[in-house]
Amino acid sequence: MSPIIARDLTKTFGAFTAVDRLNLEVRQGEIFGFLGANGAGKTTALRMLTGLLKPSAGTAEVAGIDVSRHPNRVKQRIGYMSQKFSLYEDLTVRENIRLYGGIYGLKPAEIRVKTEQVLRELELTDLQNALARALPLGWKQKLAFSTAMLHDPAIVFLDEPTSGVDPLARRQFWELIYAAAGRGVTLMVTTHYMEEAEYCARVSIMADGRIAALDTPARLKARFGVGTMDEIFRAIRNA
Amino acid sequence: MFPFLKKEFLHILRDRRTLMILFGMPVAQVLLFGFVLNNEIKDAPIAVLDPAGDYASVTLTNKLVASGYFHIETRLGDAGAIEPEFRKGRIRMALVFPPDFGRALAHEGYATVQLIGDAGDPNTANALINYAQAIIADYQTAYNQGTGAPVGITASTRMQYNPEQKAVFNFVPGVMTMILMLIAAMMTSITLAREKELGTMEVLLVSPLRPIQILLGKTIPYLLLSMLNAVIVVLLGIFVFGMPMRGSVALLAAECFLYMFVSLALGIFISTRAKDQMTAMFFSALGLLMPTMLLSGFIFPRESMPWVLQKIGMAIPATWFNPIIKGIMIKGVGLEALATQTMVLGGMAVFLLALSLKNFKDRL
Repeated sequence: MSPIIARDLTKTFGAFTAVDRLNLEVRQGEIFGFLGANGAGKTTALRMLTGLLKPSAGTAEVAGIDVSRHPNRVKQRIGYMSQKFSLYEDLTVRENIRLYGGIYGLKPAEIRVKTEQVLRELELTDLQNALARALPLGWKQKLAFSTAMLHDPAIVFLDEPTSGVDPLARRQFWELIYAAAGRGVTLMVTTHYMEEAEYCARVSIMADGRIAALDTPARLKARFGVGTMDEIFRAIRNA
Repeated sequence: MFPFLKKEFLHILRDRRTLMILFGMPVAQVLLFGFVLNNEIKDAPIAVLDPAGDYASVTLTNKLVASGYFHIETRLGDAGAIEPEFRKGRIRMALVFPPDFGRALAHEGYATVQLIGDAGDPNTANALINYAQAIIADYQTAYNQGTGAPVGITASTRMQYNPEQKAVFNFVPGVMTMILMLIAAMMTSITLAREKELGTMEVLLVSPLRPIQILLGKTIPYLLLSMLNAVIVVLLGIFVFGMPMRGSVALLAAECFLYMFVSLALGIFISTRAKDQMTAMFFSALGLLMPTMLLSGFIFPRESMPWVLQKIGMAIPATWFNPIIKGIMIKGVGLEALATQTMVLGGMAVFLLALSLKNFKDRL
C-alpha cells in the first residue's frame, strides 16, 4: 500500500478552488517532488495531507490512515518541516532537539541517545549549547530536518525546506534527504528550485489547483521535448 | 520631495490600522474621557436610618434626594444593618439621624446627623460626603430663615473601612486588576501570535499535540507568572502602603486565579484573531487596556457614566474583579457577598474559553 494517497482531494475557499480533485500516489522510499508556482495550490494540498486543513471533498490517506478522520493517528507517524524556520531561535540547539523529542512522545533516554546522534551527524556537538539563532541558515535547516526526523517517521513532508539557502548548503541538505530515502523513508518535498526537481524520483507540477504533469524528471523532459525542468515549468505556465 | 511626500500619504491611506489610530483614537478618546472623566457623581445609592421620622428629618432626606446626587437604595431599622449593606456593596453612603432629630432642633437649637461613607473608594466617599454636607448646610440656612432663634446642624462624618482615606486602598486593587489583565491577556495573545508569525505554530499543529495541550502549554507559564505578580502587588500594598488584609487569603488567591483565567482566555481569543504580534499587541492595548482603565470603575466612578458606558463596563472582567478584591482586602467579606461577581467572572471564563477553543480549532 502506498504511504501517501490523494483521491479527488479538493479544497475550496468560498468561490475559489485552491486544490481541484488532486489524485496522486507516492511509493514507499520515494522522493516525490511537489512543484508549482506560488499560489498553484501545493501548500494547500500539503496542509490537507498533513491534517492541518480539512478537505472540502475527497480523501487523503497517509500511512494507510484517513487523515481527516484520524488526524492524530497520522500526526504521530509523519514528520513535517515548514517553509518558515521551524526551530525556536531563543532555545539552544540541544534544547530544540529535546523539545521536539518531547512533543513526539519520546522517552527521556531515547531523547538523550537521539540528541547525541543528531549532534554527531550534523557535526554540531561543539555548538550544542549555542542558541539556534546563531547558526547559519543552512545549518538551521539541517537541524530542523533532523528534529522532524527525530521520532523516526516513515513519511516526511518538507515544505520548501531549502528556500533562501545557498546552493552548497542546499546540496548538503539534499544529501540528508537521500540518506533518509535510502533508509526507506518516504519524502514529499515542495520546492521552487527547478534543479532540485531533478533530484526527485518523480515530480508533479501543479497549476491552478490541478496536476498539470506527473512523472519522472527524465520522462517529463522527453515528453515535453526539452532539456531542463525549468523549460517544462515555463511551458506549463504558458499553456 | 513631492513624490516622496505622496508616497508617505499613500502608505497612511492604505494602512487601515494607521488610519484607525490617526482618526479613530482621538475621537474615541475625546468622547470617552469627556463622558468618563467626570468626577461628579450622580444618583449614588445610599441607606437612610431615620428613627426620628419627623418633619425635619424627612424634609432633609427629601432635599438630599432632590439634589440628584443620591437615591435611597434602602431604609434601615437599626444601626447594625448598615455595615452589611456596605459589605454587599449596595450603598455608597449611609445617612443616620438621631431618634430626636426634629425635637432637638426645635427645642435645643442643635442636632447632629451622621454621614458614613464607604471609604474603600476614598475619592467617591469624599465627594459624596461633601455634597451631603453642602446640602445640610443649605437646609440649615433655609431653616433659620423661617424661625427666630438660629439652629445649628452638625454633620459628623465617618469613613468606614478607611478612616485615614488612604488612596492606596483604591490604587493597589486597581493596579492589581490592571496588571493581572495586562500580563495574562497581552502576554498570552502576543506569545501565541508570535508562534503564528514565526511559523512554529504550524509545526506544533502538525505534531501529535492536541489544540487544548498547545493552549494549556502556552498559558500555564503566564498563569503562574501572573499569580506571582499578584502576590508581589498584594505584599507591597500591605507592607509598604499599609493596605489591610481583612478577608481570607485563600479566597483572594482563588478569585485572582479565576480572574486570570478570564484574562488568559481573552488573550487566546485575541490571538486567534490576530495574525502577528503587532496586531495582537494593538488589540490588547486598545481593546482591553483602555476600557479596563476607563470603564471598570476603579479610576472613575461608574455611577457618573452615561448609561451606554455603564453597560459596556459590565462586559469588562475588571468591573467585576475590582469589587471582589476590594471587598476581600478592605471589607473582609466572604464569598457570600461576592457571589454575583464571582459567578459573572466564572461565566465569562467558560464562555471565552469555549469561544477561543472553537476559534483555535477552526483556524486549522
